[in-house]
Amino acid sequence: MKRILIACLLWLPLAAHAALNVFACEPEWGALAREIGGSSVKVYTATTALQDPHRIEARPSLIAQMRRADLVVCSGADLEVGWLPLLLREAGNARVQPGRPGYFEATRFVTLLEKPATLDRAQGDVHAAGNPHIHTDPRNIARVGAALAARLAEVDPGSTAAYQAQWQAFSARWNEAIAGWQTRAAPLKNLPVVVQHKSFSYLLAWLGMVEVATLEPKPGVEPSVAHLGRIAAQLQATPARAVLRAAYHSPRPADWLSQRSGIPALALPYTVGGNARAGDLFGLFDDTLDQLLKAAP
Amino acid sequence: MFRVTLLAAALTAAFPAYAQSDLDALRAELKEMKTAYEARIQALEARLQKTEVQTADTAVRAAPVPEASAPARISFNPDISLILQGRYAHLDDIDERHISGFLPAGHAHGTPRGFSLDHTELVLSASVDPYFRGYFNLALVDEEVEIEEAWFQTTSLGHGVTVKGGRFLSGLGYQNEQHPHAWDFADNSLMYRALFGEAYGNDGVQLKWVAPTALFMEFGAEAGRGANFPGTDRNKNGAGSATVFGHLGGDVGTSHSWRAGLSYLHAKASDRDGEIEDLNDEHAETLFSGTSKTWVADVVWKWAPDGNAHERNFKFAAEYFRRAERGSLECEDNTADGGACDGTEDAYRSRQSGYYAQGVYQFMPRWRTGYRYDRLNPGTVDFGANSAFLPVTDHKPTRHSLMLDYSPSEFSRLRLQYSKDQSMASVSENQWFVQYIHSLGAHGAHRF
Repeated sequence: MKRILIACLLWLPLAAHAALNVFACEPEWGALAREIGGSSVKVYTATTALQDPHRIEARPSLIAQMRRADLVVCSGADLEVGWLPLLLREAGNARVQPGRPGYFEATRFVTLLEKPATLDRAQGDVHAAGNPHIHTDPRNIARVGAALAARLAEVDPGSTAAYQAQWQAFSARWNEAIAGWQTRAAPLKNLPVVVQHKSFSYLLAWLGMVEVATLEPKPGVEPSVAHLGRIAAQLQATPARAVLRAAYHSPRPADWLSQRSGIPALALPYTVGGNARAGDLFGLFDDTLDQLLKAAP
Repeated sequence: MFRVTLLAAALTAAFPAYAQSDLDALRAELKEMKTAYEARIQALEARLQKTEVQTADTAVRAAPVPEASAPARISFNPDISLILQGRYAHLDDIDERHISGFLPAGHAHGTPRGFSLDHTELVLSASVDPYFRGYFNLALVDEEVEIEEAWFQTTSLGHGVTVKGGRFLSGLGYQNEQHPHAWDFADNSLMYRALFGEAYGNDGVQLKWVAPTALFMEFGAEAGRGANFPGTDRNKNGAGSATVFGHLGGDVGTSHSWRAGLSYLHAKASDRDGEIEDLNDEHAETLFSGTSKTWVADVVWKWAPDGNAHERNFKFAAEYFRRAERGSLECEDNTADGGACDGTEDAYRSRQSGYYAQGVYQFMPRWRTGYRYDRLNPGTVDFGANSAFLPVTDHKPTRHSLMLDYSPSEFSRLRLQYSKDQSMASVSENQWFVQYIHSLGAHGAHRF
């Protein structure tokens, strides 16, 4: 007991100078926080690219991490509605409660697409605020990054200069990269594609691609064989060039349709860590574009 | 166009002499116009492109959309949800269902045969203010409304501390905090039925602390009225029951996660009512006064490939309890009905235990199957002088349950269950359940 007490006492002053603990709900925000925070932050990413951010459980390990967090960076717009509120309640961490500076929702800093006109679960698991998968448009990452840099400085004023410098450096590289991607992506304009879930709406809007069908009959509802059959028939009339799914989606529906219609099924990384090349935010879009360009005429 | 051509042709025919030169002039004019327009269109296109590039540029470089104009969280305030549950039960005709060797825990709703409606639950919850959150759960059955939970919880104490007050389900064990719609089987485990009837709820306060460590460590203590089984309602100041619990948990790799815990409940009973069959097979009423101490150990382990539970996942849960009761028991005089009891009150001691273990496997999206094994040990029961009137059994109640459920979406579930129930001595019953659980309104929480 005495030893534990001494250990606690020794640990306390260390904690005061320790790096800022950032709890990122999704890998893209974890990667962004690392770019901006550098060595001033210690980032814990709650989910991986192979996990569906809608369907995470409030595991004990997540509660423990939430307890230690100084800043929570999540998508918001109800993407984490099943587990984030529970983590916030169970962890007893006042710093990161909604409304406090330690609580950061990325979707608050961009304009959301696909706001449902009516809210009815007959339409599936609709997100009332709009589509929360904003990070598939790199310009949104820049918008969120600017806000996140400011928020990091607010939560941890001691490292303001570092955050600003790292944000400026990242922002410059990022804008350059966006210009490069936009040039490369020119052949993708008006490319018709099928998506599994509405995970890529912002990507498609950015590149001017056209979504002709969705494998999920309703958001969050498993693709059924009947629905896939209808899409296969629809593609006879209005052909698409690719079927897009995120790394965490089951490959079966997309592969089935791919075999049936002869168009390639692409497993896009969707977020950082989605495949070997998507090791960071730059790699994420490099790989996404490379895969899409292969499907372009 | 056709008309113009026709007109031109007609004019040409009418004025053959002037036609050729006029047409040449017209052609020249048209050509001039065409080049002029082409130049203008090109200029416009160039301007448009320039603006587009600029917009994209400013969009990226400009400050993000200010938070003030961001979409407000569109949600019910408070969050409201309604749980619809019902079932079809194929059961034997058994008069008084009980668990052999165990005093009945609280009032049971019985298990109707055929079609029936389970509890309909109405849940409201919201932040009260920046400091508190409120939660309310109402269970509705015919001619009965029960406030299952109504509590506030602090949100701003920090340091891992939360205080809950009001009526709430105790944090002991694993299954206790789950409402019936969240159970993995159509009916309660024998262990919880024997311990609490359904689950242990209390009017009181709960203090909980989560340690600031990577390993999940949670410790809690509760004090409350203790009106529910195994305690009784009382007309006294102070607390009638106390609970302490601790949980540890964590992940092993990305695919495995676990939680384990130990809980202790201390409750006081005064004239706690129980109904059993005496040695003359007559209905007898017992009144217990004394203390009841319950230990519960629980463990949960979950697996999902890469932590993605969408396709396949497995959950194992097991809980074990020991309960010791000590005090006095009175068996009310039922000699008038031919019973054995004569109203004697004497010392009573019991030490009982039991467990359940269950595994639930989702083998493809939407479909899960599960098996649960229940086993109780009536242990030692000493009725004192009442041993002359009341039976002591060494039958160990067991039950095997097999279920299959299908969830069209996160908000609906249909379940088929078969149980081989041997919870009553000399009865081996085949039970079939078909159950539906629908949840309307606010999105439910994904508890571990």
